[in-house]
Amino acid sequence: MARKSVSMTKLALTGNEAVAEAFRQVNPDVAAVYPITPQTELMHKFSEYVYDGKVETELIAVESEHSAMSAAVGAAAGGVRAITATSANGLALMWEVLYIASGLRLPIVMAVVNRALSGPLNIHCDHSDAMGARDSGWIQIYSENSQEAYDNALQAFRIAEHSGVLLPTMITMDGFIISHTTEVLEILDDAAAREFVGEYKPMYTLLNPEQPVTMGPLDLQDYYFEHKRQQVEGMYNAPAVIEQVAQEYAALTGRKYGFIEAYRMEDAETAVVVMGSAAGTTKDVVDTLRERGIKVGMVKLRVFRPFPHEQLAEALSHLKSVAVLDRCISFGAQGGPVYMETRSAMYGKEIPIYSYIYGLGGRDLIPSLVESAYNDLFEGTPDPKMRYLGLRE
Amino acid sequence: MTSVKELSKRRDIFCAGHRACSGCAPAITMRQVTLAVNTHLVTGLSTGCMEVVSSIYPYTAWRSSFIHNAFENVAATISGVETAYRALKKKGKLDAEYRFIAFGGDGGTYDIGLQSLSGAMERGHRMLYVCYDNQGYMNTGIQRSSSTPYGAATSTSPAGIKIAGKQQFQKDLTEIMVAHELPYVAQASIGYYRDLNKKVEKALAAPGPSFINVLACCHRGWRIEPADSLKYSKLGVDTCMWPLYEVENGVYKLSMKPREKLPIEEWLKGQGRFNHMFKPDNADMIKKFQEHVDEKWNRLLWKCGELKERPGQPAK
Repeated sequence: MARKSVSMTKLALTGNEAVAEAFRQVNPDVAAVYPITPQTELMHKFSEYVYDGKVETELIAVESEHSAMSAAVGAAAGGVRAITATSANGLALMWEVLYIASGLRLPIVMAVVNRALSGPLNIHCDHSDAMGARDSGWIQIYSENSQEAYDNALQAFRIAEHSGVLLPTMITMDGFIISHTTEVLEILDDAAAREFVGEYKPMYTLLNPEQPVTMGPLDLQDYYFEHKRQQVEGMYNAPAVIEQVAQEYAALTGRKYGFIEAYRMEDAETAVVVMGSAAGTTKDVVDTLRERGIKVGMVKLRVFRPFPHEQLAEALSHLKSVAVLDRCISFGAQGGPVYMETRSAMYGKEIPIYSYIYGLGGRDLIPSLVESAYNDLFEGTPDPKMRYLGLRE
Repeated sequence: MTSVKELSKRRDIFCAGHRACSGCAPAITMRQVTLAVNTHLVTGLSTGCMEVVSSIYPYTAWRSSFIHNAFENVAATISGVETAYRALKKKGKLDAEYRFIAFGGDGGTYDIGLQSLSGAMERGHRMLYVCYDNQGYMNTGIQRSSSTPYGAATSTSPAGIKIAGKQQFQKDLTEIMVAHELPYVAQASIGYYRDLNKKVEKALAAPGPSFINVLACCHRGWRIEPADSLKYSKLGVDTCMWPLYEVENGVYKLSMKPREKLPIEEWLKGQGRFNHMFKPDNADMIKKFQEHVDEKWNRLLWKCGELKERPGQPAK
């Protein structure tokens, strides 16, 4: 680990508490909150900070997630830093307004505590909620554990608010698996965190008496297309900003973040691609297999939007085969969303890539399941269709 | 109350160049409501006619700051802006004095936006919500809303061979807002714009959220001549279909008692959407409408202290 330049405190926190802690340090101007499991604890904690006077944030306890995102849009349009958090159906209810937040180029930061979508009703982890929003124009950053959730939360503000980006950003963590598990993590002291995030200076605001603005106009055939293209430009600019922010963060904390994390990939012959908490389990499996002399590695995706095609393709290009583990189904598609992106990134390379669906509705991903995916790769004959890990059929 | 002379000198916030139909009563409502504002203003609009005619990129008819978010969430959106304002004020980052007005049509207010409106009012954001009520989804092609009157023919409640227009009476949104115990709730009509100016001034002076429901005819949807928009917006009041009243801190006050209460036919006749009600077979529809108006009117008179005896519930 690189040298740290500031002092840090070790705390035992759940993922929800860790992100609430990051939000407390950022001290945003407005927070719109609405309960949904497993995100509730995050905003409970943050509400305590508001009611105990530990932040100056104005809390809007709205009557739905649709209004949470709508109020966040209003607040951000009013030129202030706005946050919210949600899970699953809450994110689905926000769906309409997610596109408006990104279309209006409002740098809202939202914590998404991943949970399965109904129906049937299930409150446990999978990624179908955030994956449903993958085309909404939000930057998406996934976290492996509480430490990453905290670190990603602080970095999210810098990325979203950068003048070349100006896109809302969601940081995610796996519901219950991260959100409700207490882990020891290091947090920055408040002054260092605040200095890192910095002051927010909006480019346009509804509340500039010198310059009234119209936001959210009717945008027809003659301009809408160009405005969507400009949004793409924000996404194009994001990687450089994500990288720069990660470098600054590493200088501060010693913790390095990239678009992907390559684990024991140098001489690996096969690898698994994962996101979120499954990366921890997979690293353990990699270590076990390596002890047996089997050359395997793992690639964890941290940033899903913008998708790091080049970095991923480079990391995988020397392999004999790849398995992609998705905690989400795209019904009727050839595989999960991460699989399809990976296939696309690897276009033109003669490397077989296989899709595995795991962990829907919070089903545990135990090491033997990950190991079975590696075994498939080495045996050389995985089913060409989607396969499932830990499913009774 | 600001005089007409004084108002006439003010620069329009909702200015010329918007693309509303000639004779559009909601457009006159936008102008008359915002004319009563003498601070900085943020206006919000739900999706609907007034939004699409006033902010066609790269033009805007708004001299105030303006935001449109979606159909059902103007109240939540303005909640956010108003909260941002308080946050900036608290931190000493903004000196200017602002007011916040959210506009929604009846579709965006009575129906799809009711939850967002109720939430914003309950939370106590200092904003004025103005519903421009033209009694239907006019922007999307004249469909029935919960504000469409009994009997009216719309695209989704046509005057059919078997069923003659809308079968339900209007939802009483003003009363629903009174039940939110706001400092100021009023019902107005663009036909009586001075009353509206006055109510907007009162609403903006109220220390919390306020709500005004404005009858503003859509001549396309009501099937009348553009020149008759204000006439029919007035007749709604004169027949007591749409009484003008206000509720200040829970106290009802009638704003205007028509000198002569006109029969409902005076408002119905000439509106194409009610033509079928004048066929001999449907004579009972007008009678039913009149009875409903009378019952509601008497009930309002009682609430305003103009009747001693409490009348019965209006018939459904």
